[in-house]
Amino acid sequence: MTEMEHPVVVRELTRRFGDFVAVDSVSFDVRSGEIFGFLGPNGAGKTTTIKMLTGLLTPTSGEGRVAGFDVLRERNEVKRAIGYMSQRFSLYPDLTVLENIELYAGLYGVTGTRLDRRRTWILDMSELWDARNRTTEQLPLGWKQRLALGCAMVHEPPILFLDEPTSGVDPVARRRFWDLIDGMAVGGTTVFVSTHYMEEAEYCHRLALMNRGRLIALDAPRALRERVVEPILEIRCADAPRAVEALGGVPGVLDVAMFGRSLHVTVVDAVAGSDAVSSALAGAGLTATDMRVVEPSLEDVFVSLVRAQGGALVG
Amino acid sequence: MSGPAIALEGLTRRFDDVTAVDALTFEVSRGELFGIVGPDGAGKTTTLRMLAGVLRPTAGVARVVGIDVGSEPERAKPHLAYMAQRFGLYEDLTVQENLDFYADLYRVPDAQRVARMSRLYRFSRLDEFRGRLAGRLSGGMKQKLSLSCCLVHHPEVLLLDEPTFGVDPISRRELWLILHEMVAEGVTVVVSTSYLDEAERCDRVVLLDRGRTLALDSPRSLQASLQGSMVAIRTRAARAARDVLRGEPGVLSASLFGDAVHTLLEPGLPADAPLRSLERAGIAVEDVAAIEPSLEDVFMNLVGAAND
Repeated sequence: MTEMEHPVVVRELTRRFGDFVAVDSVSFDVRSGEIFGFLGPNGAGKTTTIKMLTGLLTPTSGEGRVAGFDVLRERNEVKRAIGYMSQRFSLYPDLTVLENIELYAGLYGVTGTRLDRRRTWILDMSELWDARNRTTEQLPLGWKQRLALGCAMVHEPPILFLDEPTSGVDPVARRRFWDLIDGMAVGGTTVFVSTHYMEEAEYCHRLALMNRGRLIALDAPRALRERVVEPILEIRCADAPRAVEALGGVPGVLDVAMFGRSLHVTVVDAVAGSDAVSSALAGAGLTATDMRVVEPSLEDVFVSLVRAQGGALVG
Repeated sequence: MSGPAIALEGLTRRFDDVTAVDALTFEVSRGELFGIVGPDGAGKTTTLRMLAGVLRPTAGVARVVGIDVGSEPERAKPHLAYMAQRFGLYEDLTVQENLDFYADLYRVPDAQRVARMSRLYRFSRLDEFRGRLAGRLSGGMKQKLSLSCCLVHHPEVLLLDEPTFGVDPISRRELWLILHEMVAEGVTVVVSTSYLDEAERCDRVVLLDRGRTLALDSPRSLQASLQGSMVAIRTRAARAARDVLRGEPGVLSASLFGDAVHTLLEPGLPADAPLRSLERAGIAVEDVAAIEPSLEDVFMNLVGAAND
């Protein structure tokens, strides 16, 4: 395989901190031009993996190549080749929009007519022309986010790493941001994104799920959904929180969670499970107004896969 | 004591020439789980800070359990707990020491401590890290410890500003269960969030935009208020389909959602109305289904209309 086809190639990548194995022999490839989602519980090893892939942390063992460079021996080359945007959007708050762009351009050696072209591209993409002389601390969070994205792309990297890019950003700004990301992927940029939000995972072409330092699943969202073999019942019930309590520990019930105002109940068997659920609810003086088998949400998939691995262990 | 847990009357806060919160008037009942949603800069955090008594209103009144928090913040504070976006953890104390510290601070009776700590550890899954210094936790784990410290006592009114920031889906499920349990015990919970699927779990939701109330109702009523019908159109070319749909008469909005385009149609149009235009554009449609609008769809629509 060539680096053009796979901007990220990772083999048995491992990182220990003392006795603790934060990332445990992880292997995967990221395809060129795909939006690759990176999920997992807090402490699963996501951030440690991203730090190794972006040249910020040396692996203990294993191999990895990012944008053609070795993550063990060519960390500085990796850093210069990629785009990276963290959840804290490392912008300089007392500098203007233009000054931030120029500062990042300087760091990445973008000068002259190339700088003119990239400056225009960033202001067009982020729609910040009118705000270009404002200091960034005055800007709404969604605007800062688009500026940070532009700064991360100033040197036209082949791959962009986004670490929880939309935490705390409102839905309107979030949808707009994902439209931009989608457009970049269509334009050939590979996007590697970590997130806790399953609605964002829906935008990804493939999803990698980490738990306890290991990669436990890697597939397209649709294929992952099909992997959940246990039926999921969606139940509407007047007092959903009490219903959760009533259904905990019922034989044949694997998991109960609130999903909006409904419940999602994972059962071993749909028919037996429905009966068990109905009688447990009746025993608590509750009635389900609606109960049906539904396609698992990505959140159900996430919880099911983590549970199959013995649950989450934070670290 | 009777009366609402929280009452706002013309609550206003200006910063120089910016009106962050503009004459808000509403009440939150005792034992209600109440959500505050809105875009950036809508005034969510400013409102919560005034309710918590850490920021004075420019005009108007906020009462918490009947006490005017603007004029008597110290009298109101024993009745409430407030978790700001950046909550103070003692980084040089361990996980358990932080929890003990807050339990002491809030004078949680010994008899209740064991049960409450174990409930909070079930949510946070931090029990294996009781002895780790808080400063050495990952970002999401710190957030969960902060929440646990805030939830270690059960105040009459709990104010939470974006509590799920950076928290994984499994812990988020547990957190919402804890909030519902507290509400069942009679605690009034006011929570701000940027995630509308979370807001759907609230009894009522206020949607703020530029300091004002755009809507205030139960999630179900808000969803029912959306004019038009929502369909999910599944296709391999979702992006192109969205662009075509946006230009179609009768299509009020079209947004990408994974490999589907959520399309809001004018009232009365059949679900398959937009299909012909996609066919003309050479886009193969795999599936079309009528769906219930989400709270996020309602939000997009109301905020969009307010900004036109």
